Amino acid sequence: MPTIVRWYVKTALLYLALALGLGILLAAGIWRAALTPSYWHLFIVGWLTQLIFGIALWMLPSFTRERPRGNELLSWAVYVVLNAGLLLRAIAEPLRAVQVGAAALWGQALVISAILQWLAALGFVINAWPRVRGPRRKTRQGGA
Amino acid sequence: MPRLSVWAVRLSLLYLLAGFTIGAFILVNKGVGAYPAAWRWFGAHQEFLLIGWMGQFAIGIGYWVFPRYRGNHRGNPAAAVLAIVLLNIGIALVFVSTFWGLPLSLWGRTFEAAAALSFVIYAWPRVKPTGA
Ligand code: HEM
Repeated sequence: MPTIVRWYVKTALLYLALALGLGILLAAGIWRAALTPSYWHLFIVGWLTQLIFGIALWMLPSFTRERPRGNELLSWAVYVVLNAGLLLRAIAEPLRAVQVGAAALWGQALVISAILQWLAALGFVINAWPRVRGPRRKTRQGGA
Repeated sequence: MPRLSVWAVRLSLLYLLAGFTIGAFILVNKGVGAYPAAWRWFGAHQEFLLIGWMGQFAIGIGYWVFPRYRGNHRGNPAAAVLAIVLLNIGIALVFVSTFWGLPLSLWGRTFEAAAALSFVIYAWPRVKPTGA
């Protein structure tokens, strides 16, 4: 498994544990309303979507033989903005809801988080799109 | 990747982008309250991402990678094609219903359930030991 894929998948695994751990707090009635969106998005974006991103990066048909995963730098950037955006949201949204600190500041954090996560989706789609394709016709080269 | 998978996965990528765009829009509004009407998109957010992105992506990849039949073929694709068509009609109907408040969600969900059934019928025999 390539290094970048391992980062995606292991981070996704951490979110799985984090989200289901948060589920205990919800069940215990601690900050239930404030934490509900974080619970769902840590699970769906952090675990499921990030796992899909990582495995797709690994398993989709190669971009080219030299660059099987397309623009790998873009995929690292996607990894960073996805996780920065999601973590920022997971912190800002509940704290804003329970009114810890300045609501306006948390509000602005949510805006930044939204932009970061949106950029992640855009970057992933840009890299994945050309790899979602039928089999390449084999071309004969140099009489081989 | 077979053509059906290319279609399903590309559609799912479009739903991913649309769903994240809507989610970001609602989140920005939640943060700064600039555009409360953003909440009107909430139903579309959930539908596009849960069904359009994750559900459809899994169907597309499943069609591609499940063990093939002897002779290296994927069997009659009709039920799988039907699943993708029904699923996307269903998502569109649920979207129209949540966005414009039209009473179409029952139809939308019925199309989605029929899509699911169709894919289950197609995929069931392909979930088998490799080479069997
Ligand atoms: C695969 C990805 C996603 C799925 C399946 C998904 C699904 C959902 C679901 C089921 C809810 C309702 C949960 C609840 O009641 O709290 C929800 C709420 C919401 N989602 Fe997402 N979501 C996804 C990604 C995103 C992203 C990337 C953003 C922002 C950039 C976002 C923004 C929101 C917002 C603002 C809400 C409303 C939270 C509230 O109740 O105040 N979502 N989403």
